[in-house]
Amino acid sequence: MTPSEEPVIHVLWINAGMSCDGDSVSLTNATLPSVEDIAMRAIPGLPKVDFHWPLVDYRVGDEFMEWFFKAGRGELEQFVLIVEGSIANEEIKSEGYWTGFGSNPETGQPITLTEWIDRLAPKALAVVAAGTCATYGGIHAMEGNPTGSMGLPDYLGWNWKSSRGIPIVCVPGCPVQPDNMSETLLYLLQQLTGQAPMIPLDDKLRPTWLFGETVHEGCDRAGYYEQGDFTQIYGTNRKCLVKIGCWGPVVHCNVTRRGWMDGIGGCPNVGGICIACTMPGFPDKFMPFMDEPPGSKLSTEITGHFYGPLIRGLRGITLDHVDKEPKWRHRGRDLTTGYNRPWA
Amino acid sequence: MSTNIEEVRELERERGQVVEMAWDPITRIVGSLGIYTKIDFGKRRVVDCYSTSSIFRGYSIFMKGKDPRDAHFITTRICGICGDNHATCSVYTQNMAYGVKPPATGEWIINLGEAAEYMFDHTIFQENLVGVDFCEKMVRETNPGVWEKAEKTEAPHAGAHGYRTIGEIMKSLNPFEGEFYREALQMSRLTRAMFCLMEGRHVHPSTLYPGGVGTHATVQLFTDYLTRLMKYIEFLKRAVPMHDDLFDFFYDAMPGYEEVGRRRILLGCWGSLQDPDHCDFRYDHMSEWGRKMFVTPGIVVDGRLVTNDLVKINLGMRILLGSSYYNDWAGAGTFVTHDPLGNPVDPRHPWNQTTIPQPQRRDFKGKYSWVMSPRWFDGKDYLALDTGGGPLARLWSTALNGLVDVGYVKATGSSVLINLPKTATKPEAGFEWKIPQWSNTIERDRARTYFQAYSAAMALHFCNKALAEIRMGRAKTWEPFTVPDEAIGCGFTEAVRGVLSHHMVIRGGKIANYHPYPPTPWNASPRDIYGTPGPYEDAVQDQPIFEENGPAKFKGIDIMRTVRSFDPCLPCGVHMFLGNGKVLEKRHSPAMLNMPEETK
Repeated sequence: MTPSEEPVIHVLWINAGMSCDGDSVSLTNATLPSVEDIAMRAIPGLPKVDFHWPLVDYRVGDEFMEWFFKAGRGELEQFVLIVEGSIANEEIKSEGYWTGFGSNPETGQPITLTEWIDRLAPKALAVVAAGTCATYGGIHAMEGNPTGSMGLPDYLGWNWKSSRGIPIVCVPGCPVQPDNMSETLLYLLQQLTGQAPMIPLDDKLRPTWLFGETVHEGCDRAGYYEQGDFTQIYGTNRKCLVKIGCWGPVVHCNVTRRGWMDGIGGCPNVGGICIACTMPGFPDKFMPFMDEPPGSKLSTEITGHFYGPLIRGLRGITLDHVDKEPKWRHRGRDLTTGYNRPWA
Repeated sequence: MSTNIEEVRELERERGQVVEMAWDPITRIVGSLGIYTKIDFGKRRVVDCYSTSSIFRGYSIFMKGKDPRDAHFITTRICGICGDNHATCSVYTQNMAYGVKPPATGEWIINLGEAAEYMFDHTIFQENLVGVDFCEKMVRETNPGVWEKAEKTEAPHAGAHGYRTIGEIMKSLNPFEGEFYREALQMSRLTRAMFCLMEGRHVHPSTLYPGGVGTHATVQLFTDYLTRLMKYIEFLKRAVPMHDDLFDFFYDAMPGYEEVGRRRILLGCWGSLQDPDHCDFRYDHMSEWGRKMFVTPGIVVDGRLVTNDLVKINLGMRILLGSSYYNDWAGAGTFVTHDPLGNPVDPRHPWNQTTIPQPQRRDFKGKYSWVMSPRWFDGKDYLALDTGGGPLARLWSTALNGLVDVGYVKATGSSVLINLPKTATKPEAGFEWKIPQWSNTIERDRARTYFQAYSAAMALHFCNKALAEIRMGRAKTWEPFTVPDEAIGCGFTEAVRGVLSHHMVIRGGKIANYHPYPPTPWNASPRDIYGTPGPYEDAVQDQPIFEENGPAKFKGIDIMRTVRSFDPCLPCGVHMFLGNGKVLEKRHSPAMLNMPEETK
């Protein structure tokens, strides 16, 4: 095959959700693999990948947008759609937009994110939600928010599947841990080129090998927990942080094992309470962040060698609650976040 | 279409048509920005300009009623590249409201984190986002004549950076293929690792709290930071002279380039990096401790320092509407009538703002933006200050004030001296940033490179101070506090791209009002109620065009350079539109292949 005939997988990245672009920035921080490794095919078997990623793209304006229009018209055979940011509900008002990405050439008005999802998702090989905003709604879907924001599965449906039969791939994290993102992308590229089986996802659509354990299970302070040695102050010592607001015991995240980047940084392992930023219930079910989690009081007071099974049982109840989104993140014309709309 | 007809049309356009052109979205920035321009190809000038945002998220709305201690965890999520600046500013605001002064070690850790943020963010923006506008691939496409000259022009500081010609510098900036481009990406990660040592995670920190930090302060922590810092300093000894060569070349190769992106000198800097020996976060001492910050606050108008007093800066803030999708909040109630010193606080001050969104169609003759128009009232005029992308205002204010002197960095009244010590393969190096003649595109970009050096040099000072604390056994990083039922607070710092303030009102132990003002609303604001355009609008408007391409292949590179020189950070996206004047032809972006031309 000559290079010109070689198939290309396009990566269409839309950063126009209710986002801070932190997941795009995080991906530039990945090293295992880095974006250069993917773009320059530094890993065996990688297909040719053409990124259409606003953060670093050489192209500007319509030269850049043309790829999205093409994909919408069905003229791009192979593309992966990545969505960053929560999905604002554009139905709760009569006009205007919460967020736009490019403009409609006929009306001159911005094209909303939901319009792009409607156009592109049915044609994509796979759809990835990058970061907690896109996966479950996140910070912009907080109680009292005016935009009715939600996660991508809330918008497309939790049972949605791509043309290749792949469910929405959710990589939560606020922002996403850099290598979690690049590794998931690498896996998908390998799957789409027939080198890997279906990506294993849990019931919240997270890659299982990244989110199968809790923060606590990987935490190097867990030994203090076991000894019932809890700190009441921030900094100064390396004791367990549960009494000052750490939600680690019920949060699915690998940051304590992986560090934040290249093994450096993180959360409870470096003195930062886990505020559960990877979870569907984030942020509402974990606020106020600096208070002791209500469920931990009992479990931290139990001692003796029978405590293990009991704690697992108690945690199961809490986990079930915080692993669900609040009920106001949904489609439709009603805004149920608690905010009173001043507009008509 | 036959080539002949195309050529004739091209000539006609060149002879003086005013053409509307749009670039939407602008890539290589943070967030979504669109530019709608009108260009007079006869006069080779931009005619007029409007700026508008395409995102509304509503932080000030959903923060109401929340626990004040959650404020920094929430507001860091405003921005995905400088979110930690928000967390820091929020922590400062909370410290004031709770009356808590963090231990010195905690403050040095925050300063080290924030210095690393400046190093990271300026590096990735300068080399991987802005740098592409100056790379071989781009310059060949937009200005073949300039490229030819660049290949032949020897780089004056070749000995320092290793690139023999300007052309070689430009090649090294080519995306992914250029070696300097790739090295910068790696440097952006090295500096982010330094950041994570101090603040846990980039970009939303895990270890920052009101009262200090949760970071475990040990000799190891600071050694891990310092060793990386010295590698970055070695990189800077090439990066600074390399950018001087590149930017000076643009002035030489295109006489008049100083007019690109030039606007009146109207710069604001809110100061950055606290000195724990002076800062107690009390409002009534703010004028004094503000002047002790390691980047000195100041408002600079026409080259003159108007004030360096944070209290005056605070009281002069006004949030105007006019072209934004909000209802006015007059009558919605006043939260703060007087500041803690007894000075009256204006109803249009952030402490008294109520955000009332009113989504509607974009109308460039009416309301066209989700961004409001922050202005600074000097007693007579509502000044549309800009930040010069951050570094230009920071260096300008610090230089004029002449207050900073830590050995590694010294402000002289007209310049800033930066001294970098010996590194593995390079001897010590001194750089001097001198106050430039203009507030323009090239000087905004040049200042960025110098501020990278400024931050690195400051970090050496902070490292010394922190290690001294640790060696004395003072490892405490956090001070307990209680949240009062009723309180107000404000925080001032510099986000990477410029002024950042947070204003909070607590009632009944909950957040009653919270309004952050990041740099982008200042820079990207639309026309206010008095018709004053925002800084992007003002800088692009009437700027000359040096691109050699005619309208058919026009890339708008000079406009792109101007907009990017402000380091747009638009999770509150911005669109620009050039209105007024006669519209002869409307086109979407240049070199578009399949787009129909709309002709009015």
